[in-house]
Amino acid sequence: MAETRPRTLFDKIWDSHVVERLPDGTCLLYIDRHLVHEVTSPQAFEGLRMAGRQVRRPDATFAVADHNVPTSDRSAGIAEPESRIQVETLEKNVAEFGVPYFPLLDARQGIVHIVGPEQGISQPGMTIVCGDSHTSTHGALGALAFGIGTSEVEHVLATQTLLQKPAKNMLVRVDGALPLGCTAKDIILAIIGRIGTAGGTGHVIEYAGEAIRALDMAGRMTICNMSIEGGARAGLIAPDETTFAYIKGRPHAPKGEAWDRAVAWWKSLPSDEGASYDTTIVINAPDIVPLVTWGTSPEDVVPVTGAVPDPANESSEARRAAKQRMLDYMGLTPGQRMQDIAVDVVFIGSCTNGRIEDIRAAAAVAKGRKVVSGVRAMVVPGSGLVKEAAEAEGLDKVLIEAGFEWREAGCSMCLGMNPDQLKPGQRCASTSNRNFEGRQGPGGRTHLMSPAMAAAAAVTGRLTDVRELAR
Amino acid sequence: MQPFTTLTGIAAPLPQPNVDTDKIIPARFLKTILRTGLGKNLFDTLRYRPDGSENPDFILNREPYRKAEILIAGPNFGCGSSREHAPWALLDFGIRCVIAPDFADIFFNNCFKNGILPIKLPQEVCDALLADAELGANARLTVDLERQVVVRPNGEEIRFEVDPFRKHCLLNGLDDIGQTMAHAPKIDAFETRRRAEQPWL
Repeated sequence: MAETRPRTLFDKIWDSHVVERLPDGTCLLYIDRHLVHEVTSPQAFEGLRMAGRQVRRPDATFAVADHNVPTSDRSAGIAEPESRIQVETLEKNVAEFGVPYFPLLDARQGIVHIVGPEQGISQPGMTIVCGDSHTSTHGALGALAFGIGTSEVEHVLATQTLLQKPAKNMLVRVDGALPLGCTAKDIILAIIGRIGTAGGTGHVIEYAGEAIRALDMAGRMTICNMSIEGGARAGLIAPDETTFAYIKGRPHAPKGEAWDRAVAWWKSLPSDEGASYDTTIVINAPDIVPLVTWGTSPEDVVPVTGAVPDPANESSEARRAAKQRMLDYMGLTPGQRMQDIAVDVVFIGSCTNGRIEDIRAAAAVAKGRKVVSGVRAMVVPGSGLVKEAAEAEGLDKVLIEAGFEWREAGCSMCLGMNPDQLKPGQRCASTSNRNFEGRQGPGGRTHLMSPAMAAAAAVTGRLTDVRELAR
Repeated sequence: MQPFTTLTGIAAPLPQPNVDTDKIIPARFLKTILRTGLGKNLFDTLRYRPDGSENPDFILNREPYRKAEILIAGPNFGCGSSREHAPWALLDFGIRCVIAPDFADIFFNNCFKNGILPIKLPQEVCDALLADAELGANARLTVDLERQVVVRPNGEEIRFEVDPFRKHCLLNGLDDIGQTMAHAPKIDAFETRRRAEQPWL
């Protein structure tokens, strides 16, 4: 039966991966790539072992340890016993089941969502899953990529499929050009501020429009990465020449004749003219300003030039109470100017903003300036290869000279599973993705922002409009 | 997986919105390689003071809610990380059913894989159930999955919707992998066609 209805990018990827449609509409969906890390996989491998099952496609599965790894010198291994056991368990599992693995001392090691695109493992039109909610990152390449729980990790390991129901389509169109001083991070914070942290629940978000097209792949990955902070399991950006140029020549990219066939297919993937979306949101890029979060939900965004909002303006008692609780946790008062808020720690890294472009942006602000005395500022490259690339450009020297710590690759202070944690009450300017209570360490206070803005906070000691420094 | 049929138990109220999975089980407790044992750290930062002692104000530290098997929660429950440790921690504590106006997608999925029933009901219905849950020793609800009803302490029955396939799996305690394995010939055929048409995949 010929498909004539105009289809979205999501519809096309979905349709091409349905192995079987069950009577109630649930689909058995084929999974092209499965990325595995140490935190959400041990129980899945144990399940396989207990049932006497194998990994169906080890060649489509890639493992790396990232959440627990120390970002200081690790030639001596991992000191913390539980973290060490988790990484050793992954190493034992990948050896037993024959899964490709980038060890801790391999330059290709890094955050799983940095490594996938960097190695060319993630490609347009694929379905990609990982036991991690930020799997949405890979949607920047035009892949349907989403986070799954450990039971589903086991299901994919055993069957290379998942039982899923199709999501709804949401279009977020960002029209016009982004103003100077604003980045992809400001776009996605603006979107989450608009739709709210549950706005995308049940949807896959496709990002389109001039401002999205103008972004490089790093920026697109930042946008798709935080789809989950808007409630959407997956974000998507149609593949284009920027995408193809990024993938070409990477270790796992198609080569020769396969490359030409792949590109021809990739070019057929963008949403058809007239395809319909369940929800459409339009954002005007020229209206975007550098944004920061003030509360403990990623939807709590405010212009850096603005002030802490007053819970009294909330619509319901429940919302007032929730916002007041956030202010108490964050140690802020209504009306306080954001730029008067002093920081103790600056964290530049994570799967949101740990790519070479992010480190360049931070170094450009840091160059010729000094981290304010008493502020701890750390830069954690997203992978060993990002670290090498930054060092080849001399960015490490710029950052170290300015007083930043230059560390090894990993998830680090994004979620504090390794020793990189905030102490209770410490306030952090962070390029990561979640400002939840205790996310970066028990009692820690997080303000999310772009890498340039985080670097600006490091050299002034307070939340700062990076456009002021550029003058 | 333990089947879920009918559950009668204490319901605890936790009405705050956007309870994220970091709040359900903070990342520092994810270093386990087991599924069990996480119950003691469920809602850790709400449940314990910085010195490790219990916070007497937190609902699950009060009688009879220490034995709660049902949670009446706020909107967007389970947002954030995909960690299945969140339902594992709830289950290990003894909670088999969460009722809320809506849930984050990944958490919602993960519940079904672990014999936990998440039920979406409109905010005003949740408000009534929150009031029931405030009744202390009388905060007992019955959740009947077969009939798809929640029975309030006053006997009123509230109908809820559940995906038929997921209902079937929960009622019978079925593991999805075994069921998917039954489709193995279809998966084989899909892979064979793929290898011919799109060998780079």
